[in-house]
Amino acid sequence: MSFLELRRVSKSYGEGPAEVHAIRDVDLAVACGTLVAVMGPSGSGKSTLLTIAGSLEEPTGGEVAIDGASLQAMSRNDKARLRRRTIGYVFQDFNLLAGLTAVENVALPLELDGRTGKKAQAVAMAALEELGLADRATHYPDQLSGGERQRVSIARAVVGERRLLLADEPSGALDSTNGEAVMRMILGACKQGVAAVVVTHDAQLASWADRVVFLRDGRVVDQTVPPPSPEALLEESSHSGPRR
Amino acid sequence: MYTQYYPQHDTERGDAMSVRHALLALLSEGPKYGLQLREEFEARTGEVWPLNVGQVYTTLQRLERDGLVESDDASEEGPQKGFHITQEGADELSQWLRTPPDFSSPPRDELVIKVLVALGLPGVDVHEVVQVHRRYLVELMQQWTRLKEDEAEFDLTFALVVDAELFRLDSVVRWLDTADGRLKRAASEPPVVSKGPRLARRLVVRR
Repeated sequence: MSFLELRRVSKSYGEGPAEVHAIRDVDLAVACGTLVAVMGPSGSGKSTLLTIAGSLEEPTGGEVAIDGASLQAMSRNDKARLRRRTIGYVFQDFNLLAGLTAVENVALPLELDGRTGKKAQAVAMAALEELGLADRATHYPDQLSGGERQRVSIARAVVGERRLLLADEPSGALDSTNGEAVMRMILGACKQGVAAVVVTHDAQLASWADRVVFLRDGRVVDQTVPPPSPEALLEESSHSGPRR
Repeated sequence: MYTQYYPQHDTERGDAMSVRHALLALLSEGPKYGLQLREEFEARTGEVWPLNVGQVYTTLQRLERDGLVESDDASEEGPQKGFHITQEGADELSQWLRTPPDFSSPPRDELVIKVLVALGLPGVDVHEVVQVHRRYLVELMQQWTRLKEDEAEFDLTFALVVDAELFRLDSVVRWLDTADGRLKRAASEPPVVSKGPRLARRLVVRR
């Protein structure tokens, strides 16, 4: 079953002749354990789609459901709880709080959700350890490299059994090796059952996904079919792979 | 499938040149047999470029004819025949490694031609043509990226080959993205009449 489902979701700004459609009639379903990439150029509506999926913005039309529950039917408090407990966000510019250490940044959403500082820190520490960042736990963001900062922000996004991961250009300005590390981490979270959506204009990042959805002018225009096993590449006699 | 995503400079002739110098490189480590050369070539290229034994022998014969390798006179013809590199061969290898491939003029790229042709055709939506290719390329990239997932299987040579493929395909997707955007802008702006020399006269396109 789909963990995240968007049904004919639209978002427009302004009214009458000045009305601008950011996204129109978008259908998107993401099952647990799968990674979907939404690919499109700047201004295609990628970020709007993500903020609506994450309940940070209300659609002007259509319906969003997370774990079978419609967001439209939820109270403000319910949505806030959903954001604290179920959804993790990864932003292009990492959005770590400069005055907090790595482990404090990761623990913050847990503390906001009512866990004691000590418990939250223990869980946060475990998340950092899993992502190979244990020795960076007490560093402040400005003492970390770009790649490390983004890994901390992923730890923060998946800590405490979050089940939906939403990432907006998660490799930001990182080089391709660090970008690859970021995608491996997101894929690792998916292997543990997390549903993830990554929006990007970068085909190399998108190619880590199980499915790539193409967005143009706010509409879904196309999507990839599930790729065959990678072995097919090496066995294929056509010129689509290196064997000829 | 009538789609060729590899530009024309990636031809069989180019491949043959690479095999020739790859064999020289292997022989620069010490004398080797034909069969051994084939196995080592495949291992060193991440096992994605298969080489038949006939190709190895034909190439070795040509190298010998050109004085770049010498065969072991004592041994018999066949898989056990040994070869070693000559000084001339070592010099040739050293020079080849540092000679840039010919990137000076644009290759005759089938995909570029398809998009240019689509542009002028009535009843053809060029954006749709672009999207067909974009989807195919991204699907291909997904397959290559999947090979990266299993890190245990992912040795250094194989990683380099997969990276090269991904960057090559990525560059084509980026060109399509840029073309798409450029066409969209052009559709909303009045056409510009070029007064400069035509593109074809400015660029020498390899055939």
